[in-house]
Amino acid sequence: MSGTASETDLHAYVDGALDEAHRREVEAHLAANPVDAERVRAWQDQKARMRALFNPVLEETVPDRLRAVAAPRRRIPYALAAGALVAGIAIGWAAKTYLATDPKAVPTASLPKRAAVAHVVYSPEVRHPVEVGADQQEHLVNWLSKRVGQPLKAPILATVGFELVGGRLLPGDAGPVAQFMYQDARGQRLTLYVSRSTANRDTAFRFSQEDRVSVFYWVDGKLGYALSSELPKDRLLAVATAVYQQLNP
Amino acid sequence: MDRDAVASHVPRLRRYARALVGDRYQADDLVQDTLERALNKLHLWRPGSDMRAWLFAIMHNVFVNEIRSRRLDADALSDDESIAAPAGSVDRLEIRDLQAALGELPAEQRAVVLLVGLEEMSYAEAAKALGVPIGTVMSRLARGRERLRHLMAGAPAASGLKVVK
Repeated sequence: MSGTASETDLHAYVDGALDEAHRREVEAHLAANPVDAERVRAWQDQKARMRALFNPVLEETVPDRLRAVAAPRRRIPYALAAGALVAGIAIGWAAKTYLATDPKAVPTASLPKRAAVAHVVYSPEVRHPVEVGADQQEHLVNWLSKRVGQPLKAPILATVGFELVGGRLLPGDAGPVAQFMYQDARGQRLTLYVSRSTANRDTAFRFSQEDRVSVFYWVDGKLGYALSSELPKDRLLAVATAVYQQLNP
Repeated sequence: MDRDAVASHVPRLRRYARALVGDRYQADDLVQDTLERALNKLHLWRPGSDMRAWLFAIMHNVFVNEIRSRRLDADALSDDESIAAPAGSVDRLEIRDLQAALGELPAEQRAVVLLVGLEEMSYAEAAKALGVPIGTVMSRLARGRERLRHLMAGAPAASGLKVVK
């Protein structure tokens, strides 16, 4: 401590905890005491850096596991998350092999192949499965519609046991592609890949087995859809049917 | 209703926990433990009283218990990418300096420095959250800030620093 201001005064000054009169006294003290002025400046600097460093945390999407605690009905047990991770590693290896064995297939790949690769890359993600979460569904759908250039819908799949996790934007052959991700109560995920179609004609449901990923895909108007999952084919068909019915009421 | 109120504090609890623990995932573990305990004890919260103070007090207790049981490495300040530099506002090196310097503080000083500096609690609020007298808050704050100052001496000045709100 030096001069007329106590150590406590100096901190209170930095923290804006002084009344006007007291504050002016401290300022007079600092004007006459360069050593204290330098310390105060350093403490102010610490606070500014601290906020610059950690305030961005306030803008982060709150992780599902924390949201789930506050809203327990949506809670996803840890064991399942861990299971998804293990499955993810396995699928990740599969994807690696897949990409490595057929490197030329990707840029010109067919709709189901591209959808399957996107599924394999993103569905195992535990931390960042999507760019925008289902809690911002309206924003998500508007954003993806705008980028894909067609009005999109995120089907509601509760009747077949799946809830929307969120979505992300991906690069595709014919411009941006939307990927919606869903998850059931057991943590099993499926993705709906929606891209602009250049084919210009509708197709029926088609099925493709891409390694261990099953894909149902179809073209409807200007959009091509591909639903990918590691689910058994018959269960995925039920989901695909629900998706199709919702998009074509 | 109260449950929603608790949820509304989650971003701030995460910010504080991140600064306190350093590592993103350990920090979220701390938040999760805090939320679980808070929701179990929600009936003990008096409506109308300061929920933030109540939640931070719970977090502090969880933090202290975890240090004691060594479940949490109190000195772990992550050396990975868990805290991204806010784009274009602060030089990455300066951030590393502060992050590293915070990690050098004893946990009790770090808690006070953060509650006052980051969470902008009054000294009385910080005292309540930590369960210590105001005098203790002041002495920890003074020691913590001086220690940080010495640790960061030599770091380039942050004049012209843009604070991300």
